[in-house]
Amino acid sequence: MVYRSHVLICNGTGCTASKAPEIMARLEKALAEKGIEKEVKIVKTGCFGLCEKGPIMVVYPEGATYCHVTPDKVEEIVNEHLVKGRIVKDLLLGDKDAEDVAKSLDNVAFFSRQFRIALRNCGVINPEVIDEYIAKDGYAALAKALTEMTPQQVIDEIKKSNLRGRGGGGFPTGLKWQFAADQVNDQKYVCCNADEGDPGAFMDRSILEGDPHTLIEAMAIAGYAIGSNQGYIYVRAEYPIAVQRLQIAINQAREYGLLGKNIFGTDFSFDLDIRLGAGAFVCGEETALMTSIEGHRGEPRTRPPFPAVKGLWGKPTILNNVESYANIPVILLKGADWFNNIGTEKSKGTKVFAIGGKINNTGLVEIPMGTTLREVVYDIGGGIPKGKKFKAAQTGGPSGGCIPADYIDTPIDYDNLIKLGSMMGSGGMIIMDEDNCMVDIAKFFLEFTVDESCGKCPPCRIGTKRMYEILDRITNGKGEEGDIEKLELLAESIKQGALCGLGQTAPNPVLSTLRYFRDEYEAHVKEHRCPAGVCKAMLKYTIIADKCKGCSLCSKKCPVGAISGEIKKPYLIDQSKCIKCGVCMEVCKFAAIEKK
Amino acid sequence: MKSIEELKAIRDKTLKEMSIRDNEDKVRIVVGMATCGIAAGAKPVMSAFIDELNKRNINNVSVSMTGCIGICRLEPVAEVFDSSGEKTTYVKLDAEKARRIVAEHIVNQKVVTEFTVGAAER
Repeated sequence: MVYRSHVLICNGTGCTASKAPEIMARLEKALAEKGIEKEVKIVKTGCFGLCEKGPIMVVYPEGATYCHVTPDKVEEIVNEHLVKGRIVKDLLLGDKDAEDVAKSLDNVAFFSRQFRIALRNCGVINPEVIDEYIAKDGYAALAKALTEMTPQQVIDEIKKSNLRGRGGGGFPTGLKWQFAADQVNDQKYVCCNADEGDPGAFMDRSILEGDPHTLIEAMAIAGYAIGSNQGYIYVRAEYPIAVQRLQIAINQAREYGLLGKNIFGTDFSFDLDIRLGAGAFVCGEETALMTSIEGHRGEPRTRPPFPAVKGLWGKPTILNNVESYANIPVILLKGADWFNNIGTEKSKGTKVFAIGGKINNTGLVEIPMGTTLREVVYDIGGGIPKGKKFKAAQTGGPSGGCIPADYIDTPIDYDNLIKLGSMMGSGGMIIMDEDNCMVDIAKFFLEFTVDESCGKCPPCRIGTKRMYEILDRITNGKGEEGDIEKLELLAESIKQGALCGLGQTAPNPVLSTLRYFRDEYEAHVKEHRCPAGVCKAMLKYTIIADKCKGCSLCSKKCPVGAISGEIKKPYLIDQSKCIKCGVCMEVCKFAAIEKK
Repeated sequence: MKSIEELKAIRDKTLKEMSIRDNEDKVRIVVGMATCGIAAGAKPVMSAFIDELNKRNINNVSVSMTGCIGICRLEPVAEVFDSSGEKTTYVKLDAEKARRIVAEHIVNQKVVTEFTVGAAER
């Protein structure tokens, strides 16, 4: 069937939440009404990455990219673009006056600065149609590995590519495979960690939703390399769309014989199963994850023995993250040398970041290693809303740390981030501006780890709780002399004493903010003052008598009746009643209210 | 999947269907599909272009629509943009003429002079 036009609609979680399914339904209806449903093909895709501008719709052959599409705008697009051939410029992404709108997608800095390997098919193919994946050279790497390479050659190629784990630690993937391959055992396992739990990180979800076959192909390759016939994908149950598409993809691969017995007529057999996680952060830790797959409560155990020696059900197991796997087929097809040309000396390839927080283009970007933070924030991210000042970026989620503005020109790679006291982690990147209080941020992340601690070891279970209590006290204006030193002592002890990665890294947000923003901590503790004006307990709203015109607006809007006065005379805030909601400041037309 | 040939066959077939989504420099055929064009029969012309290209397995040519370019009396109008950006304007088309344009202009790189706007205006 030949269509004159393809309409791609993002069906990632973000766009689905902002009515993409309804848009699809309206589009089908509108096409049928115009009698052109046989000329225009609707293609459901994964995430384009520009979630901030969603729902996204791309119309080919023009390549016109429409953003913020709503169900009500569908008819206009159909009538104007698909019937009359006039691009609806008002809805276009990027330069609306550009003459060559056909290429507008590539012309937007958000996309043109990216280099997509792991996300290569996201937003390009229909993830529920295996043929489209195959058209983009899908399963060709598996075919190449099975028919032209020995398992050792596959491992050598991955080793040579210098691919490092994209899930957190950055361990060399090829080396991990080698360890497992060297084990002699009748049964080995290939596992995938799709239990993406970092707040703000969603690249794994995007790959699962937008290109599930790449994971299946890569895991089969890994199975061939280490000598395993069974794989497990551990994915969190909170990702319903990802789970559904993954299951569809597995079924299609089985139907095509790309999973199952004697793949490509060789004697290699491999199959995959999905295991759903109930959403515990600790289950992203490898030993806890495997314990959970085995059907036990997700708790970590000591290492060594490492999973490559004794993993799932005591058998040699490799465990890689979704994004790491997504790189494998491309490396095998294009070669390790090609991959080595991308990135920095010790960090090769690209990394996907989920950028969020105080940034204009919230979304998913894949950039070569070595791109500077400045490029990410200002060129790709479109800068900070309302022209505010960049203060810091948190990378690595609750296990990572922050990079302050002084280091904005640092090239991002594994080693530089470690040097700065942060880490790559899974790639969540939260941008903070001058209005963010760093003590409050540290408290936020620590609250998360306190909640998510599995409770098995005391340093993590009790230590993080004590740290949280101190931070809570500090942000409530009750900080005491010596609190900062106590925090540091606790942090170091937890780092050394905790059983698993979750506990060992839990103090990082505190240590890192202390390293760069110690003055903010001191202001909280010694002067009982929050420099960013975030910690409510230390704030005081007052009316500047000189500026107040006595209009009474603030008094009318105050939800607790804390403001009183006489018309045309300066008003007063009763501090004992004030709940510090800030409404008065918002409504005042004369900037007569200050917050300190 | 028992052989690489099978995989290749699926790849080639689907790639052809998806070629419309490639945005590289390629030949574009743009058909005027405003009210005047449609009334004069632009729709069968467009279908003929798509059908003929498909029959001949030509993937590097895109067919898209545009609005009225102002010479309504000469509709249906289609313009062929070569990869170099060179533009040829064909007028008073029908399905048969469209097929000839594919055969002569697209395949053999020879402009069909008798259908161009220059010939019609002479």
